[in-house]
Amino acid sequence: MTAIDLGIPGLTGIPTTDEKQTARDYKSDQEVRWCPGCGDYIVLNTMQSFLPSLGLKRENIVFVSGIGCSSRFPYYMNTYGMHSIHGRAPAIATGLAVSRPDLSVWVVTGDGDALSIGGNHLIHTLRRNVNLKILLFNNRIYGLTKGQYSPTSEEGKITKSTPAGSLDHPFNPVSLALGAEASFVGRALDSDKAGLTSVLRQAAEHRGSALVEIYQNCPIFNDGAFDVLKDADEAQRRIINVVDGEPIRFGREGEYCVIREGFGLAVAKSADVDASDIVIHDASDLNLSFALSRLSTQDLSHTVTGVFRRANRPTYDDSARAQVDAAKAAKEADLSKLLHGKDTWTVVG
Amino acid sequence: MSTETRKLDRVVIRFAGDSGDGMQLTGDRFTSEAAAFGNDLATQPNFPAEIRAPQGTLPGVSSFQLHFADYDILTPGDRPDVLVAMNPAALKANVVDLPDGGILIVNTDEFTKRNLTKVGYDSNPLEDESLERFQVHKVAMATLTIGALEETGLGKKDAERAKNMFALGLLSWMYHRPTEGTERFLREKFAKKPDIAEANVLAFRAGWNYGETTEAFAVTYEVAPAKLNAGTYRQITGNTATAYGIVAAAQRSKLPVVLGTYPITPASDILHELSKHKNFDITTVQAEDEIAGIGIALGASYGGALGVTSTSGPGIALKSETIGLAVMTELPLLVIDVQRGGPSTGLPTKTEQADLLQAMFGRNGESPVPIVAPQSPSDCFAAVLDAARIALQYRTPVLFLSDGAVANGSEPWLIPDVDSLPDLQVEFATDPETFQPYSRDPETLARPWAVPGTPGLQHRIGGLEKQDVTGNISYDPENHDRMVRLRQAKIDGIEVPDVVVDDPSGEAKVLVVGWGSSYGPIGAAARRVRKLGLPVAHAHLRHLNPFPKNLGEVLRKYDKVIVPEMNLGQLALLLRAKYLVDAVSYTKVQGLPFKAEELQDVLADVIKGVSA
Repeated sequence: MTAIDLGIPGLTGIPTTDEKQTARDYKSDQEVRWCPGCGDYIVLNTMQSFLPSLGLKRENIVFVSGIGCSSRFPYYMNTYGMHSIHGRAPAIATGLAVSRPDLSVWVVTGDGDALSIGGNHLIHTLRRNVNLKILLFNNRIYGLTKGQYSPTSEEGKITKSTPAGSLDHPFNPVSLALGAEASFVGRALDSDKAGLTSVLRQAAEHRGSALVEIYQNCPIFNDGAFDVLKDADEAQRRIINVVDGEPIRFGREGEYCVIREGFGLAVAKSADVDASDIVIHDASDLNLSFALSRLSTQDLSHTVTGVFRRANRPTYDDSARAQVDAAKAAKEADLSKLLHGKDTWTVVG
Repeated sequence: MSTETRKLDRVVIRFAGDSGDGMQLTGDRFTSEAAAFGNDLATQPNFPAEIRAPQGTLPGVSSFQLHFADYDILTPGDRPDVLVAMNPAALKANVVDLPDGGILIVNTDEFTKRNLTKVGYDSNPLEDESLERFQVHKVAMATLTIGALEETGLGKKDAERAKNMFALGLLSWMYHRPTEGTERFLREKFAKKPDIAEANVLAFRAGWNYGETTEAFAVTYEVAPAKLNAGTYRQITGNTATAYGIVAAAQRSKLPVVLGTYPITPASDILHELSKHKNFDITTVQAEDEIAGIGIALGASYGGALGVTSTSGPGIALKSETIGLAVMTELPLLVIDVQRGGPSTGLPTKTEQADLLQAMFGRNGESPVPIVAPQSPSDCFAAVLDAARIALQYRTPVLFLSDGAVANGSEPWLIPDVDSLPDLQVEFATDPETFQPYSRDPETLARPWAVPGTPGLQHRIGGLEKQDVTGNISYDPENHDRMVRLRQAKIDGIEVPDVVVDDPSGEAKVLVVGWGSSYGPIGAAARRVRKLGLPVAHAHLRHLNPFPKNLGEVLRKYDKVIVPEMNLGQLALLLRAKYLVDAVSYTKVQGLPFKAEELQDVLADVIKGVSA
């Protein structure tokens, strides 16, 4: 056992290894069966490249997924994994995390899985702050059922199930997670390997629930949904990448910035405002994080990426274990005594 | 005038009042007194689903029936010998069950015109002739209680609230019950409110003294201790015994237990009880819903704990999909279903046995699940331990079908020697050389339990069909057929004890088959018909899937098989389908347990029909 406490809260208690690991070690022997051009491939590759850097024992990493295209993810990771049922992965992973402090538990889910059928489990997991890393692959469409609108599809979307346009107002997943007081919320683009890796690393190192929304392209049923963010020029004007403790500027040479407006935030040209008016990102400030999430619009005219929120609060699984440990320390596990209780009587034969 | 003391072999008392009157507590205390005295006993609470239904109304009536005796009894009793009615609603709702000549003790203070009208009495039954056939004792319990507490300085309202203890004191006097336990209990229960504790003790004593001094009661009764098997006993409810069985399963398997659950009547007490025993390495998670509850349990089992979930009624429907996942992933999982009246929300506080076919078949696809059902409150302990044995040894979800009658009922329990409990230890897979996720133990057909964290055994499981042995995803038609049959064969091959037939004369031509909580009434009815000279055999099934191996042979031995059930014939359907036996169904679905007397009539008719 080469368990080392790295002093990283999110990894405490998980055995580490000195053996060198590579991305190849994390590839399973199963053929990857996503459609050609699917954004899931990039996320899978990024994950397989990133995990070796954590130095954890591979057998102590578990991926739990629900149902949907993205939920095939665990089959392709040479770790432990469970492909569970629709929407329930956070619940199953909670049971695993509560019973096993020595595991790094990741949940892989999609916009349908996490936000439609599994919405309840998602918000309650985030509220409890279970030590899980939840990767929400958001392609704004139902893929595996072949192209119906999802809870993140835009209003009026024409799909197989909505020939006259969808009537649903979409969720902003980051706002939803922050509304549930998630202790860590981040967002990245599938195509931005560096940005995604950075958010994944911070999520892994965070102790508590971490929700990472990943904008992911579905080339079959919703191709190009995020193209405006992938065009170099457009991206400059639209993507607001935030870093804790730094002023929020974006665009070429920091052309744009974020300032306070009313109860929220607004985008301004840096040249038009006093430097002191530019908001400095504070990931521990829930109100600021929420206001940032509101800058992200469904039409992607602005999209905030990076880590919105990272705050310390007790995790459910640590606290549950602490209660069990305290009970064990306070009272011997004497089964016979328990069965006898307070009032017994004896019949003599 | 001195009171006469009569000896009785058994008595059934029913306390009935408004749901705010503390009838459950009163009944509980009388039960503890009977237990401390050494009687055999069985109890049955009956309360509304509403926490506080409108005061003084029929839907708000709460009752507690207690049967105690100087011999071993099987049921809480069909009808009360003594009815304590705290208000007109309680009288009206319960007096139909009191046989002629029965003792009726009434709290007269509540018999106001307004309260009488509320429940549809045109005239006061205490003043007309409608109660003539009973021995009626009219006692102004509230007035007497307030009087007894006058010196305490307690407000009238608080004082009046102790009238249930007055009733308990009076009944304790009538039946020569020991009182120290109740006084100690009251002082402990109200330790933080000593004035309330004293008030309750005073009211309790006032009730006792009222019986002793007023000469209104000419007769008191004695029920001698029962001659039970030697050993140490305690009183226990089915839900507590279930919880203790789970604690024992944790100890005997040396595994942590994770209970993932969502509160639902009448299963919540299992959560309440287990949450107190974290020192046995038990974690309880109150989940956001039924589905998360079982998901958490299954996730914990995947991690190498014994995952348990508990529910009732519609909750079991919500868990179906995850039970299916546990069937597919072949992981241990204990699913406790405390059956209640259905369908839908149904009758939350009443009992029923109508989830059998859902337990058996209520999932998509061929999804076999073992089923274990306890036959009495104390039997929940051994039965749930056996359910845990099956789950762990065969790596399968197991459905434990308790019900409202068993869960809330109580009886004495011969406390087992802890060292005599079965060893439930299982081995996790550890050898990377031989490991295949879906290889099988040749004896049990169980697959290896390979928990995350084990070096070299990294593998993926899930709800998609598995390739035999490797566990990889497979859509191969032949493989699916093989896996469906393998999963079925695993469940069919589970070792369960042979069913034992109770036929003292050995001459019975009629067999009565039951399962679960009907054991008491069926057993009591069988005893009664035998006393009438009519032989009958009784077989009671704990294992509903798979059935005991000797069941077919047993069924075919008799000219007639009758199956009483609190559903529309679910077990009968299974027996007829599997064994081609002309089993006759007797069914009742009233949310109440069978009465021994009604089953006595049913059995007697069948036996006479067969001999004729």
